[in-house]
Amino acid sequence: MELKRVVVTGLGALTPIGKTVAEYWHGLSNGVSGAAPITRFNAGKFKTQFACEIKGYNPEDYFEKKEGRKMDYFTQFALIASNEAIADSGILENVNRDRVGVIWGSGIGGLKTFQDESIQFGLGDGTPRYNPFFIPKMIADSSSGNISIKYGFRGPNFVTTSACASSSDSIVAALNYIRLGMADVVVTGGSEAAITESGIGGFNALKAMSERNDDPLTASRPYDKDRDGFVLGEGAGALVLESYEHAKARGAKIYAEVIGGGLSSDAYHITAPDPNGEGVVLVMQNALRDAGITPDQVDYINTHGTSTPLGDGAEVTAIQKVFGEHAYNLNISSTKSMTGHLLGGAGGVEAVAAILAIQNGIVPPTINHFTDDENIDPRLNFTFNEAQKREVNIALSNTFGFGGHNTSVIFKKFAE
Amino acid sequence: MSEIAEKVRAIIIDKLGVEESEVTPEASFTNDLGADSLDTVELIMEFEKEFNVSIPDDQAENIATVGQAISYLEEHAK
Repeated sequence: MELKRVVVTGLGALTPIGKTVAEYWHGLSNGVSGAAPITRFNAGKFKTQFACEIKGYNPEDYFEKKEGRKMDYFTQFALIASNEAIADSGILENVNRDRVGVIWGSGIGGLKTFQDESIQFGLGDGTPRYNPFFIPKMIADSSSGNISIKYGFRGPNFVTTSACASSSDSIVAALNYIRLGMADVVVTGGSEAAITESGIGGFNALKAMSERNDDPLTASRPYDKDRDGFVLGEGAGALVLESYEHAKARGAKIYAEVIGGGLSSDAYHITAPDPNGEGVVLVMQNALRDAGITPDQVDYINTHGTSTPLGDGAEVTAIQKVFGEHAYNLNISSTKSMTGHLLGGAGGVEAVAAILAIQNGIVPPTINHFTDDENIDPRLNFTFNEAQKREVNIALSNTFGFGGHNTSVIFKKFAE
Repeated sequence: MSEIAEKVRAIIIDKLGVEESEVTPEASFTNDLGADSLDTVELIMEFEKEFNVSIPDDQAENIATVGQAISYLEEHAK
């Protein structure tokens, strides 16, 4: 059976540095940091008091009050980014909606919904007064479910959950479903909304987050000697993937081709990365093989690069093992330096970044670089502090999640 | 209009996102005010909370319109 080629025909983004794809790219190419003090709740007693929130987010700008209150923020974000991607793709004009799927990614689901409902129960006398919308708001798949309900897309529909690799896994699943002919079009990507008391407190307890409260703007500093953890972000990235033949038949605009995806597991520790990066070596090798390319064909790696002391080093070690001498020719960058870490939404917004780098011939930077880390090879080009012009033919996006999940996706400039 | 009726109507307007003028005594939650099965459950729960009553399921099934809700609560509210 011959696999179908899969192309990207629509993009959507709702991020801490821009609420549309155009705004997001403006932020990425200009090295804007999305970090600021937390406004969602009083974080005065928390070790970390800042995050990358979507600035000035107001559900009523996007949803009727009745509609909005039945959706957790992570589902609202999913719909907002998907709306943009679907409109951008022009897919609604004439499509068989039975052949359109939604495969979304979320690492957690409705964390705030769960938290708030549990608090309400705890404040009571033990009488259960759970709201009927509690479960449908909370479950992670309410994102893909709501997108399909809004548009009448009756193809494959589910959510992938693999912590911070969730929305790369959704993209790889979408790629494979289309390749196999199980759908013509899939709306994919991912979203997260974990900037809540339980999200910040929980990640603080893991000692995974930056505590640089005196300087939030520069706290996310992947590969810097003084990096002290990730900065929590929120939002969504959406892609419309489509078989090439379907896109061609309707004369769609094509952003890029998705040529391969790889998955692997560290099988090492539930939160710590394998310091030798063996699972990360394996995932990039799997993706390259799936794409049918050699390492020297890759121009740009959008890394997982969360700004944690252990994780950044392990990924760099793995890149050097996989790419050898060619590693020095690569542009490498972590756009989490700007957006913060969107957890299950990371793969979505970073796929959009990688595709826009191909489109624009510009690699977005790793901002907030002050001091070289002597344990990181200085000959590698991390695109520090400023975007660089570069013809990008092939870009690889890495995401890794707690649980040891690793996923890589490879995008290529489209050619007939 | 009684105080109870005012509160009932306010809850319906808030939860169902409808206009005040639509909330007539005859208006059915599902047929006229756009409520689905979950909305109806939520309305009953809100009434229970607001008026400190417990509405058994078999009685909740008979509360399908604004007027039925008001008369039930006028009778049972503490």
